[in-house]
Amino acid sequence: MRALTFASRNTKEILRDILTLIFGVAFPIVLLILLSMINKSIPVGYGPDLFHIEKLAPGITVFGLSFLSLFSSMLIAKDRTTSFVLRLFTSPLKPADFILGYTLPMLPMVLLQSVVCYLAAMIFGLRFSANILLAVVVNIPIAVVFIALGLLFGTILNEKAVGGVCGALLTNLSAWFSNIWFDTAMVGGVFKKLADLLPFSHAVNAARAAVAGDFSAILPDLWWVIGYAVVLLCTAVAVFAVKLKKN
Amino acid sequence: MMEAIRTYDLHKRYRDKTAVRSLNLTVHQGELYGLLGVNGAGKSTTIKMLSCLTRPTSGDAEVMGHSVVSESEKVKSIMNVSPQETAVAAKLSVRENLEFIARIYGADKKTAREKADSIIREFSFEEIQKSRAATLSGGWQRRLSIAMALITEPQVLFLDEPTLGLDVLARRELWKVIEGLKGKMTIILTTHYLEEAESLCDRIGIMAHGELCAEGTAAELKEKAGTDDFEEAFIRIAGEGVK
Repeated sequence: MRALTFASRNTKEILRDILTLIFGVAFPIVLLILLSMINKSIPVGYGPDLFHIEKLAPGITVFGLSFLSLFSSMLIAKDRTTSFVLRLFTSPLKPADFILGYTLPMLPMVLLQSVVCYLAAMIFGLRFSANILLAVVVNIPIAVVFIALGLLFGTILNEKAVGGVCGALLTNLSAWFSNIWFDTAMVGGVFKKLADLLPFSHAVNAARAAVAGDFSAILPDLWWVIGYAVVLLCTAVAVFAVKLKKN
Repeated sequence: MMEAIRTYDLHKRYRDKTAVRSLNLTVHQGELYGLLGVNGAGKSTTIKMLSCLTRPTSGDAEVMGHSVVSESEKVKSIMNVSPQETAVAAKLSVRENLEFIARIYGADKKTAREKADSIIREFSFEEIQKSRAATLSGGWQRRLSIAMALITEPQVLFLDEPTLGLDVLARRELWKVIEGLKGKMTIILTTHYLEEAESLCDRIGIMAHGELCAEGTAAELKEKAGTDDFEEAFIRIAGEGVK
């Protein structure tokens, strides 16, 4: 209950920062449009397979979700710089209420971002099917991974540092190890092993399997993602609790 | 007189610096107790420990009979804090701020709305209740910050430098608000404004180097320091550690 009240406050904070909202939803769409246009101008059979709209659209939606790390980390880090957080720390809110309260408002943004991205992809040839709705649902645990990473970094780092870590480093790392822009198998070796250990390529594989209607291929990859989401959220709660006590 | 706060050798150490040293303090129920001291005297650390923001290194304190170490959740539910700087959610309106705080302390939607209605009337927020907190002047933001602490009807209220940085008029306005609270709840007030403490507080404790140097009414402290001027009394006590 308290977590929901806190979530409601955070939702208002996000919705009233319209620039962030526009950037979060618009940036992946701009990327999708640009890459689709580039792909269209390449003769059939010459362009990379990964840039075909059936693979590109789920990849870009997952890439768009990586920006949630930046939003969630900024939200929590910004709160930590104000006296308002002292008021919250002396209230009956518990660490789990804080983390849940920061996570829940992001979920409508996930749905909005995913739906808008897939709608834009339809303009570039993605055929509508119920599988797309499934892909939107698959995006939820993927989004939780990125949100939890943001909350973790936002709890540890200050407002300036999270911009660099979540805005640049994490976005790039998740892109390199994701199979969105290139097949990690082409690099092979340690890089491929690392990509298989991290959740990002599994997230993209699950989203692609959902769009393709390859249902049996979704869960093996999605379990990795769900596992990471649970572990990262629990870690964020634990780290937040330590930070609260150390205040 | 019933005790609202009692500390038992409360001690806080940050690495190689002792912020509060074996503090033994008693505040009675319904009392407005002022905590004075120069910067670094240990006032804010004391408030932080009593409001469960930071754990004591050793010792304990009871707030309305509950230990800040072992019953912090209970303590949190019966007290509230108005922190040193204005602590409002900038993008929420005045009413939203009030209802938000009421609800995280357990009030349902209807009760939160009713409590907000009452506080809005009490603090004359009618005209600005829909304005975002960020658009208010410093004085109004500070009033809102105190109102947010009061909406939970705390038994113990900590006011940490409530008038810091406000102009004379806004400060006097807040004094009226604080005076109106006297007797309704136990209030611990920290301030650098000596006339504020002298005018508002029932009893005053003066801290220096993490210790409580002296305690009493403003008149008693002046007598103890051998002067008629409260500022002079404070300088002598805090500066020389008069017991």
